[in-house]
Amino acid sequence: MGILPERVEALLDAALVGELSVVDATGRPVTYPLIPLYDGERVYLTSSTLFSRKLEHIKANPKVSVSLTDPIAVGGRTDRATIQGDARVIDEDPHGGWERLLPIWEKKEPSIVFFLKQRVALPLFFERSLIEITPRRVLYWADGDAATAPQATDVGREAA
Amino acid sequence: MAGSSSTATPVPAARGTAARTPAVAVRDGLEKLATYPYAILTFVDTDGYPVSVAVNATVDPGAASASFAAPAGLSIPTDADISLTGSHIRPQPGYGYDERRHVTVWGPAIVSPDGRSVSIAAARAWGWDEAEVPFFEYSERSVGQSRKYFDALSLERGTPVKPRLSFGWLVLRTTRLPFLSATIVPVLLGILIAARHGAFDLLTAVLTVIGASFVQLAINVSNDVFDTAQGADDANVTPTKYSGGSRVIQYGLVSFRRMAGLAAGFYLAAGAIGILLLVLRGSPALLAIGVVGFIVGLGYTAPPLKFVYRGLGELAVAVGFGPLMLLGAYVVQTGGVLTWEPVIASLPIALLVALILYVNEIPDRRGDARAGKRTLPVRLSKSAVIAGYRLAAIGAYVIVVVGVVIGLLPIPALLALLTIPLALQVSRGLEPNYDNPYGLMSIMAVNINVHLYAGLLLLLAYVVVLIAGAVAPSVDLFVG
Repeated sequence: MGILPERVEALLDAALVGELSVVDATGRPVTYPLIPLYDGERVYLTSSTLFSRKLEHIKANPKVSVSLTDPIAVGGRTDRATIQGDARVIDEDPHGGWERLLPIWEKKEPSIVFFLKQRVALPLFFERSLIEITPRRVLYWADGDAATAPQATDVGREAA
Repeated sequence: MAGSSSTATPVPAARGTAARTPAVAVRDGLEKLATYPYAILTFVDTDGYPVSVAVNATVDPGAASASFAAPAGLSIPTDADISLTGSHIRPQPGYGYDERRHVTVWGPAIVSPDGRSVSIAAARAWGWDEAEVPFFEYSERSVGQSRKYFDALSLERGTPVKPRLSFGWLVLRTTRLPFLSATIVPVLLGILIAARHGAFDLLTAVLTVIGASFVQLAINVSNDVFDTAQGADDANVTPTKYSGGSRVIQYGLVSFRRMAGLAAGFYLAAGAIGILLLVLRGSPALLAIGVVGFIVGLGYTAPPLKFVYRGLGELAVAVGFGPLMLLGAYVVQTGGVLTWEPVIASLPIALLVALILYVNEIPDRRGDARAGKRTLPVRLSKSAVIAGYRLAAIGAYVIVVVGVVIGLLPIPALLALLTIPLALQVSRGLEPNYDNPYGLMSIMAVNINVHLYAGLLLLLAYVVVLIAGAVAPSVDLFVG
């Protein structure tokens, strides 16, 4: 049992891909499909330095969200959620620091271990930073339908 | 492997920065968005956090707009851009997923007076579809972003932060060590033919192998230096395992200066062994081969000769890794005596090694053309390139047969013909994969094996000749 509502945690655990949204320098949202990883307290994503614009955005503005919307990517579930939170980029060691998440990454994408063994073929893909998200608020659509107002849950701080 | 990119702004290629993936036109973005079963509406809420919600959007690419029912309980801002995103993957149990594609369009929101519907006046789009831009090309186009990120990290920390590879992998990648077979095969063949002619000295044979290997390592590394200096490697966004150079400079794994130093070091080591061989087994022929070899090797990419930039790369490689390597090894053993046998034996090797370069240049041709590297695949049409491959491969095998028939090559040399099915596989694979660098990778691998296996079979032929000569001197393995 983690800090998020149980059904949202189940969605996170099932999700092969979610959508990370960040805010760019102009205040516009930018959305990136990524694998969400959850350790019961925080949501993690990793980004190669090849695709590191999102990291630059987060360093400038840590307010982000992760949405889980695709029934195909969550094992057929039809409920949906968006987790808003504050993100921190962890890039002390882009070469190997992210590998601490490999065990939970491998559960969702087993082939990553094979590719990591072949990192000589694509060395920059495996120079990665971690995005650590501390959840603040969860919006949850039990039926996945935007015609219904989401259930909102504040997380990790007193409700406003 | 999950991947997403980060920019929609096209920028001109600069040194060390491959051309980025082009932006998506708004209309194209909307047309792509219309193919997704739903769209993800994203906007920034009053607390400054992005909010995403799945909506069913009606897309009108002609009007550059999309509309959808206002999601319940959420307030859509009309004073800032919102976005609609389509995203797709196909789960692959036990592997992960594939069929990655996504597209996002941005624009201001217009909420209907009754607040029930929202439309977006699309003004910008961005996305990636791995069916259109393969992941490896997409990654290559993003190398400049990685470099930028590491530069920023270095600035943040006040100390250089660079991508890394373990030492072993780095050596392998930087020197392209596995390609040493291109040197080992002709050098050993030259030594074996000399041995058949009664000339063999172990010390100089070993020195020849080592010296020739240094020559190739020097050429490999200096090629990267000169191709980088002339922009060819930076312009190439479809490198493969077999083409496009080592890319260690582009990736920031090794500095340009260090690569130049490494190339110089290899040339010096090769030169030192060459001088030692001249001292031990010196001859005018060896000196001439050494000098020509140095000019051909360095001039392959280095100005002012730049053979490969002038459509002469295949010829330079054929001469360098055929006759020069083989005859060089031969004359070291014979003390300068030359005969026709090693000359003939070197020709199929020369053609097949040139074909390695020739095929490997096919996926590089667009980048090469941008950098003014006018290789044969840049200059010739697809049909001419494929015909050229067939002609040269046939030539290699015909030389073997003719060499045997006229008694200059031993009968077991016909074993090299066993590689014809591999050459046919390459020949047939060029047509369907000509415009697919990654599909061509397996063809390139087979093509490398054509040279390797044909060379090994020629080596085997001479081993048989030597053994037969030792145990049954009366058996003649040459016609006539």
